[in-house]
Amino acid sequence: MKWLSANWHQIPALIGDHMTLCVPAILLSILIAVPIGRLAHRHRLVGGPLLGFAALLYAIPALPLLIVIPVVFGIPLRSMATMVVALTVYGVALLVRTAADAFAAVDRDVHDAALAVGHSPTSVFWRVDLPLAVPVLVSGIRVMTVSTVSLVTIGALIGQSGLGVLLTDGFQRGIAAEVATGVILTVVVALLLDAVVIGLGRIATPWIRAGRAGRRQAVPS
Amino acid sequence: MTRRTLMAPVLALIVAMGALAGCSSQNPLSGPTTSALTTIVVGSQDYYSNEIIAEIYAQALEGAGYTVDRQFRIGQREVYLPEIEAGGIDLFPEYTGPLLQYWEPDTTARLGDDVYAELSRVVPAGLHVLDQAAATDQDSYVVTRDFADQWGLTTIADLAKVTTPMVMGANSEAENRPNGPTGLLDTYGVSVGFTPIEDGGGPLTVKALQDGQIQLAIIYTADPSIAADDLVSLTDTKGLFLSSHVVPLASDKIDAAAAAVIDAVSAAMSPDDLIALNARSVTDQLPAATIASDWLAAKNLS
Amino acid sequence: MTYLKGALAWLVDPAHWGGAGGIWVRLGQHLLTTALVVGVAALISLPVGIIVGHTRRGSSAVGAIAGAARAVPTLGLLTLFALALGIGLTGPVMALVVLAIPSALAGAYAGIQAVDPAIGEAARAMGMSEARIVWQVEIPLGAPVIIGGIRAATLQVVATATLAAYVADNGLGRYLFIGLKTRDYAQMLAGALLVIALALILEAVLAALQRVVRTHVTAPGTARRTQTHT
Repeated sequence: MKWLSANWHQIPALIGDHMTLCVPAILLSILIAVPIGRLAHRHRLVGGPLLGFAALLYAIPALPLLIVIPVVFGIPLRSMATMVVALTVYGVALLVRTAADAFAAVDRDVHDAALAVGHSPTSVFWRVDLPLAVPVLVSGIRVMTVSTVSLVTIGALIGQSGLGVLLTDGFQRGIAAEVATGVILTVVVALLLDAVVIGLGRIATPWIRAGRAGRRQAVPS
Repeated sequence: MTRRTLMAPVLALIVAMGALAGCSSQNPLSGPTTSALTTIVVGSQDYYSNEIIAEIYAQALEGAGYTVDRQFRIGQREVYLPEIEAGGIDLFPEYTGPLLQYWEPDTTARLGDDVYAELSRVVPAGLHVLDQAAATDQDSYVVTRDFADQWGLTTIADLAKVTTPMVMGANSEAENRPNGPTGLLDTYGVSVGFTPIEDGGGPLTVKALQDGQIQLAIIYTADPSIAADDLVSLTDTKGLFLSSHVVPLASDKIDAAAAAVIDAVSAAMSPDDLIALNARSVTDQLPAATIASDWLAAKNLS
Repeated sequence: MTYLKGALAWLVDPAHWGGAGGIWVRLGQHLLTTALVVGVAALISLPVGIIVGHTRRGSSAVGAIAGAARAVPTLGLLTLFALALGIGLTGPVMALVVLAIPSALAGAYAGIQAVDPAIGEAARAMGMSEARIVWQVEIPLGAPVIIGGIRAATLQVVATATLAAYVADNGLGRYLFIGLKTRDYAQMLAGALLVIALALILEAVLAALQRVVRTHVTAPGTARRTQTHT
């Protein structure tokens, strides 16, 4: 623990850098994966190949992806944008299938009933399909969030600061405590963001709690 | 089509973030200083020893009244050199040999002054190297004390006496480079196997050496583990390795006054200093900032 | 696009395919490492997932462990194992097993738990032992989802097994590291394409397996109906 007592003051900044990279990537992944998941659910013919393709994005090894992205987008290799794009590619790959499943889990009858009572298709999407898809969607977003936080560490390989720096630096200097600190803090940050996702999911689905509370009251103790 | 729909929002966001990043990097509080530069950007490799030297440069410049923007731990040469060449970084601690080989892969220069002279010649326009330090950090072939005693090894040429198969451990790029098995065979006529260990002669390489998984390793001469783990660095009698002194690579934005500050640092940095700086990082596990300020104070440079 | 052309040129060069460091050998090593990792991960996570899914006890603990395991950076774990164990395949394999466990565990657990409890009750009423219920009812019914978990784990491991080359002379990752370090991006991209191709093949094989299991094990006789439902 010699390392920790001499270097602890670097840690808050590293956590900050880590968050700066993963939060935009997580939000972007959701923004991109949810419409694609919806599209895949609505149009099965496109959906199958689309989901297969998305899953395969996950098979791209990280190092080449980080080199190719700057070439494709014309951005500098050592930039936040390169990392965010790479993380978003993996995030989308992880999330689309669950997004499609989430819309598939919405009761067809509820959807049709909403249309029947005169809601426009857009309104049905925003007021019925999306809210009802939230529970399954949240489960997928949780997995994606945790994986993204973990993946940010590879940024250290292209000079992007974050908790990954503790892994590469600790490795070179042979300080296991530094590497272990990096691993543990990554897990802690991931679990904290996971808790945030769970919390937001609860806020977005007030009827679930209301339902539970209602049932609890109805059952005599 | 799906690709386009996927990429369009990403692109939009990148543009937005790029704009944001552009705004934030210009600190409105840093007023103009006496020099032509308001802020000197100092970079470093993703290598703890290099980061310490960069931190020394940064603190020395700050001591002389400059404002410094630290861009440390920016990966390897292939990542940061394009950025330096593009003018994004003003000062970077480098090593004469490897830097010369980057721009001039087939160079035949080997000795300190030859390498420095040729390096000064091939540096691209807009960049220049300041004075080189006495401190060196160059590749060397290292064996364990036991292995050296067993076969009576002091020079690389002595490896020819070894009759059992040998395996060399080093970063993967060494496999086909002049400093790896190919160069050893061409220059010394010794043939060895190869195992990649991607830690640049770090702790894993040392452990593999001690465990007998490899017999020969490429380890930097300034690595404190050579002394700490009682390893033997074999003398290079035929000039296989390029001399590799610490040298500041500077953009033309570094003016004479700033260059004088850095030259004073380079003049004070001896080979033993560099090993001691590295040892403080590896053994005492101190942060680069502490190691740098202690060294500057000890040299009366702060 | 010049990179891509270079990568394809690198791939069609027959000199790169044979020999000790050739593509065939590295592909074989990569496949073996992947199989070993997924095999070990399956041995650990399938029994745990199936028991938890069957008893419906400890599911929150399993969920928390799987979530935390997903958050562990493979690069860091690999480094720690390597510092402790030295070079060679043991460190990378252990780190990759940790990577593969969450998906495999989640699949096993979800597959068993999704089986309608009424079916288990019915089997119990018929006098079937718990072990027989698991083996003859729940595993066959949950098999497609269980294999889905293995499939996801395999995909992750194939891509990440490239990191094994960090500390061992093994697998397709060697092309990535050499390419990166020597700025031979054509070679690096070629290595990436090989990894993706291997992933595609494994995906196809496991998807086919999933389909076969679904039609012949999970729902023999009702195959057509099940398929239209999913």
